[in-house]
Amino acid sequence: MSSWLKGSLVALAAAFVVPVHAAETQPPGYYGFGRAPTPAEIDGWAIAVRPDGQGLPSGKGTVNQGADIFADQCAACHGTFGEGEGRYPKLAGGELTGDRPEPTVGSYWPYATTLWDYINRAMPFPAPHSLSADQVYAMTAYILNLNNIVPNDFVADRNSLPRVKMPHRDAFIWNDPRPDTADKDCMTNCIDPAKVKIDSTAEGKDLTPRTSGPLDEMQPK
Amino acid sequence: MKLPNGWHADPRGADQVSGRRRFLFNAAAAGGALIGARLANAAEAAPPADPDWSKMLGPGVVDRPYGTPSHFVKDVIRRNVPWLTAGTESSVSFTPLQDQPGIITANGLFFERYHGGRATVDPEQHRLMIHGLVERPLILTMEDIKRFPSVSRIHFIECPANGGMEWRAAQLNSLQFTHGMVSCAEWTGVKLSTLLDEVGLKKDAKWALVEGADAAHMDRSLPIEKCLDDVLVVYGQNGEALRPEQGYPLRLIVPGWQGNVNIKWLRRIQIGDQPWFTREETSKYTELMKDGHSRGFTWLIYAKSVITFPCPEKPLKGPGLYEIRGFAWSGKGRITHVDVSTDGGVTWRRARLQDPVLPKALTRFTHEWRWDGKPALLQSRAVDETGFVQPTIAELRAVRGVNGIYNNNSIQTWQVKPDGKVFDVQLA
Repeated sequence: MSSWLKGSLVALAAAFVVPVHAAETQPPGYYGFGRAPTPAEIDGWAIAVRPDGQGLPSGKGTVNQGADIFADQCAACHGTFGEGEGRYPKLAGGELTGDRPEPTVGSYWPYATTLWDYINRAMPFPAPHSLSADQVYAMTAYILNLNNIVPNDFVADRNSLPRVKMPHRDAFIWNDPRPDTADKDCMTNCIDPAKVKIDSTAEGKDLTPRTSGPLDEMQPK
Repeated sequence: MKLPNGWHADPRGADQVSGRRRFLFNAAAAGGALIGARLANAAEAAPPADPDWSKMLGPGVVDRPYGTPSHFVKDVIRRNVPWLTAGTESSVSFTPLQDQPGIITANGLFFERYHGGRATVDPEQHRLMIHGLVERPLILTMEDIKRFPSVSRIHFIECPANGGMEWRAAQLNSLQFTHGMVSCAEWTGVKLSTLLDEVGLKKDAKWALVEGADAAHMDRSLPIEKCLDDVLVVYGQNGEALRPEQGYPLRLIVPGWQGNVNIKWLRRIQIGDQPWFTREETSKYTELMKDGHSRGFTWLIYAKSVITFPCPEKPLKGPGLYEIRGFAWSGKGRITHVDVSTDGGVTWRRARLQDPVLPKALTRFTHEWRWDGKPALLQSRAVDETGFVQPTIAELRAVRGVNGIYNNNSIQTWQVKPDGKVFDVQLA
């Protein structure tokens, strides 16, 4: 049977037995556009790493090796010990309690594999995809060690990283609990007029860039 | 064609006059400075005068083969908050909603969010690869993608950090900076479900990793149900090719979900049986709650609205009749109604919704208001087709605390002072 005829029959049959939206469904390869990627093409692009280690390449790196690379390629923005320079992210330490929580790799990130993945996909910021797998493993080991999550002799590789337990991991919930508010669309006497009080205003705060004229370069005092 | 002296001077300004015209304009301006001086006096153009622009020919067709806004609206631009981020390559700019008249955001004003700068992608070389738990992995060129059945849909995109600087208190006295991380456009492309049918999902296909070709290879995990529902892979934006700022030549549109998952410069879709927990869905785009736990995968944009006139950028000019204007939107579907209060939430009146009222799109509302010149507290409150009612900031804080950064869909309060000036405030 020709693919055209086959497709038409499938579409015709579908139109009678399933809802309208599903009638558009076609079997795999129906259009036939594009081509199959080669294994090398897939390997070159499939860089994503999962918490179970799927996607991690062979290779390894130590804390000490990572310290050298970090000093050379990362410290300018993130600080020698991951403390962060200026507004660049702090990578180590930080507490999630108190008035100003500090989410860092150590205090917040739920999976060590994500650290490997992110360095590999996006760092160093001005020269992404310039590090070898061994270098990425070494940097991952160093940053985890800065956070006292792994010992000084830790060797990062595809087997060890999935086994690292990050401190905040179990504090994440991955099912959206919203709606978590239950307002009513009240129309009259919704609140006591005497209780309508302004408790904060942006007036006079000096944080707002101008919204006319050229782009603003203001920094708060 | 040679025209008499003076005919070349375009009263709309030098930036609208090209080539030889510009030279002549400049020469005329430098020589006599008559035109500029006369234009400075607006009264000379009012009736009964015949203004200068009525007394000369304007530039002809293709004077500007790709049109640009009048130079009189040069202040209507995307703007950034320079103190917010370390640099501009991983940063955000804000749409000037105070100057957006309808539901469609102009392509040049659509807010930007980059994680590794704006990628410059050659469409001839660009590829989309789909692989993983599929029957027939595919590599598609742009030409291939454009051959698939196409759809056009109008949807907003909102960064979930829109309003993120306002959790603790009113901080930024500007509509553009408190709400400008939302924009809306007509997108044209192919349904992701069409592409996933073409590759054939395997039985265990539960998640898709979507990834960009930018320097950060921005990537997110999406549940397959959403991918098969209404997600689009688009190459068209408001009647032209996708803008580079929006991911030219190819981006994902995930209707109603947080902006971050709408991957730009889309190059790869990997199908798997579990999420990847990428950096952008763990370290960022998760919310630290007041009890110390964190919420992840909070993709949906819940109902939200804001008054765009008046606002801090657009104050009132004395007592009288005004049309309050604004936008409402919900990631869960259509807006059913918007209510407006001028007394800080004691009394509400139903606003008028303007057609079209589309699911997961900006919806325009208006409300007639006679201002008596006394202090007023303006608010708008959106309700969507699920019955969800937009909450106050006080209620959100009570549930979530102030460290969540994301998903602040609270009612905005604009304080109107007797002089007509408008300020961003929050109520207790």
